[in-house]
Amino acid sequence: MAKPIEEINEKIREGKAVVVTAEEIIDLVKQKGVKKAAQEVDVVTTGTFGPMCSSGAYLNIGHSKPRIKLGGGRTYLNDVPAYAGLAAVDIFIGANALPDDDPRNRVHPGEFNYGGGHVIEELVAGKDIRLVATAYGTDCYPRKKLETWINIKDLNEAVLFNPRNAYQNYNVAANTSDKIIYTYMGVLKPNLGNINYCSAGQLSPLLNDPYYKTIGIGTQIFLGGGIGFVAWQGTQHNPSGPRSENGVPKGGAGTLAVIGDLKQMKPRWLMGTSMLGYGCTITVGIGIPIPILSEEILKYTAVSDEDIFAPVVDYSGAYPQMKSGILGEVSYAQLKSGMITVQGKEVPTASLSSYPRAVEIASLLKEWILSGKFQLTKPVAPLPGVESGITFKPLKERPIED
Amino acid sequence: MVVSKRIVLHFPKRMGDRPIIYRLIKDYDLEFNILKALITPEDEGLMVLALSGEQENYDKGIKYLTKNGVRIQSLSQDVIRNEERCTHCGACVTICPTDAFELDPLTRHINFYGEKCVACGVCIKACPPRAMEVHF
Repeated sequence: MAKPIEEINEKIREGKAVVVTAEEIIDLVKQKGVKKAAQEVDVVTTGTFGPMCSSGAYLNIGHSKPRIKLGGGRTYLNDVPAYAGLAAVDIFIGANALPDDDPRNRVHPGEFNYGGGHVIEELVAGKDIRLVATAYGTDCYPRKKLETWINIKDLNEAVLFNPRNAYQNYNVAANTSDKIIYTYMGVLKPNLGNINYCSAGQLSPLLNDPYYKTIGIGTQIFLGGGIGFVAWQGTQHNPSGPRSENGVPKGGAGTLAVIGDLKQMKPRWLMGTSMLGYGCTITVGIGIPIPILSEEILKYTAVSDEDIFAPVVDYSGAYPQMKSGILGEVSYAQLKSGMITVQGKEVPTASLSSYPRAVEIASLLKEWILSGKFQLTKPVAPLPGVESGITFKPLKERPIED
Repeated sequence: MVVSKRIVLHFPKRMGDRPIIYRLIKDYDLEFNILKALITPEDEGLMVLALSGEQENYDKGIKYLTKNGVRIQSLSQDVIRNEERCTHCGACVTICPTDAFELDPLTRHINFYGEKCVACGVCIKACPPRAMEVHF
């Protein structure tokens, strides 16, 4: 059975599309089987809401009188440095940027109370942001200092651009040392005191389309509470890692670079985040609709937590030292039970990714599609797949000799 | 009027063998919940109690404790959750020493039980969206 995307969009326009979330499809397939479900269902929506560090936004603030060239100078948004290496009034604010005087980990673990991610959240929330800039001045852009409040509604452009989001699966973090450690996977207690994971599992976008058959460059998505698009593969995109029989990667694999108009996004879905002892980041809400073009595609969306596995990695030793070896492999069903067994020990588990919010995103996207306001797109180019041979390479360090 | 307070009791070394808490409860008709207890013989003892009862009885009970050499500190910090910022991610669940956070297996929401909280403050900085706040 093949259902072209144009047919699905026609049904959406007519208000006749059958849309379910990636959670609902699981029981539906159990009741009706893949064949019948594929005939009946037009779209399966996915969702995820977790910290996604490689995120940021570029802004065009508009020209001052007289003109100033921010590029090559120093620009701060609420004391957080923004990147000023683009055109005159174009700047980029990254989620992990920190104020110059933030003590970081000088007294460990640092608190990282405010950074780029928080600036982005406040910008989206419509708050005034303090912009302070110095510039070297040119004949055409003579101004050397600018201190002004800016607000998202006055900016020419405010574009969320995230080089790496929506990780397809990820590590599960543990700590086998005898000291507590503070990581981007949260606070990890010594001697396997606790274990943290970070994935929406069965609701996660790329885990529902493991071979990137429908999600590609140009796919329209729910991003930060508004509409966005997949712009490119994300950094570290790795289609070549080990996969289970069902095609689902057994560890971190594909990633997405996403883009969207920040002006139509909402702070509920773009939250400034502080990871104790690690740094600042932003928690991003993403939802991707999967058009049910074939039985095969439907089958992939019916994946459930018990069929998705992840590696338990030692963040006190192997991970920081770039050593191979894992402590075990567990399913998301086991992780979500609250307790798993690692090296013969019962260890309590916790998530960093919000499953209830992922459910909310998948449901919101479902509503948008049912209301006819969101149609599906065919990618303009595919994401690199397994055949591309792309892997996640480490740095080939070549020290610079005198 | 019924009052309910959380207090920290410091017992001097010589008191280990006297049933202070028993007398406090029995003689002054107070309800108690032991939140934390660190009693070592020959050493200063520490207990965090949630104590409640009629105001008059409560006051008399406190007087009894102080008269018997127990040093009392009120647990003057209160940890509350900002529901606007909590994303129900669950990072707090395994961090809390008194299991004041519980994951609801059906809704996957996190419930915060203030009564179990001893205001240790660990969750304040461990919460990624910084939804936990201390109030004095």
